[in-house]
Amino acid sequence: MDGMHDLGGKQGFGRVNYPSPPHDETWEPLVRALSAFALRKHIYNMDEMRHAIERMAPRHYMTAPYYERHLTAVATLLVEKDVTTREELEALVQGAFPLSGPIGPGRLPSPPQLFMIGDKVCVKNEFVPGHVRMPAYIRGKTGVVVGISPPYPFPDAAGHAMQAPTEPTYDVRFRSRDLWPDSCDEALNHVGVFQSYLEKAET
Amino acid sequence: MVNPSDQPTASAEERASALEIVLRRKGEMPGTFVEDFTDHAEEKWITENGARMVARAWVDPGFRARMLADGKAAAQEMGFEFPEHHRQLVVLENSKDVHNVIVCTLCSCTAYTIIGAAPDWYKDIDYRARVVRESRTVLKEMGLDLPATTEIRVWDTTADHRYMVLPVQPPETTGWPEEKLVKIVTQDAMIGAARLDKMEG
Repeated sequence: MDGMHDLGGKQGFGRVNYPSPPHDETWEPLVRALSAFALRKHIYNMDEMRHAIERMAPRHYMTAPYYERHLTAVATLLVEKDVTTREELEALVQGAFPLSGPIGPGRLPSPPQLFMIGDKVCVKNEFVPGHVRMPAYIRGKTGVVVGISPPYPFPDAAGHAMQAPTEPTYDVRFRSRDLWPDSCDEALNHVGVFQSYLEKAET
Repeated sequence: MVNPSDQPTASAEERASALEIVLRRKGEMPGTFVEDFTDHAEEKWITENGARMVARAWVDPGFRARMLADGKAAAQEMGFEFPEHHRQLVVLENSKDVHNVIVCTLCSCTAYTIIGAAPDWYKDIDYRARVVRESRTVLKEMGLDLPATTEIRVWDTTADHRYMVLPVQPPETTGWPEEKLVKIVTQDAMIGAARLDKMEG
């Protein structure tokens, strides 16, 4: 989905808050542990977790600290998986408990294709309504395969609790000036791209 | 009765406690899980793991070659662990002329069992939005002024393999014992926001 989480290349942001000022929030390690427990118990998988974060209301996403986004996603998934209900959560906290927006349909991978290191590839010009791990800044852009990674479950299916076949991901190298012509610093941008997001580029 | 949804949003702390209650009551979460998990994360998943790998790579060319070929196997050889979904660790070798920097624009993925929990600045939306497009400018703002001749490679962690940077060993530390080298390797250098060797801007 073209969600608020897809931040790469967005403009108008400011200086990075670096080095990070120290902070001590005891609820943050708690959220990390709760999320890890639910994941280990296979109440949901990592892609469902990421998609639940992406489904947060954009205003909430942008203002929530990192672990509040996780907290919201865990709560949303526990409700969607019938472990609890919004009413139970709100009764426990005696207040509003914001959850992420509803989930839509996922999708299955494209038929397998084989890319080799050195191949010129193009990222398909697709607009996927559900979970997808293709950042918008590479959509429709051409790059070169420089690495191949072991197969992973296809996130667009796994993020929707569908049976997810595994497929390779490719490290694709782009030139920043091809991604943002005349409006970027010179660099090589490497992105891990699932096979289904790619097609052979016309040479 | 007032509908809780119309009340002000509960604090993050209250909401986290509610989830803990729910997972204990209905998710069969053992009472000691949170403490045990947190202790394990804080004792085992530390920056020193990555620092040990880097220091060994600096003194042992065979290990360096294995680490660059298969970072996960090299980490496991040293006894470090990975969560189930981290199937590969890709090690990115810096040189005088090449600088690698890691980001996750879509969330904030890191090799946290190897380089330690991601620092807050890495999760900052400003970093995620900007470093892919304005790498040289952002690094300079963060104190790393790279020469114009240095090629910058930005790695976006969009799939489930993880990255770490193998920094250049500072020349003045040549000949140091491995244990001493471990102490100079920082998390920021393994993400690529800093370098351990001096660069002329």
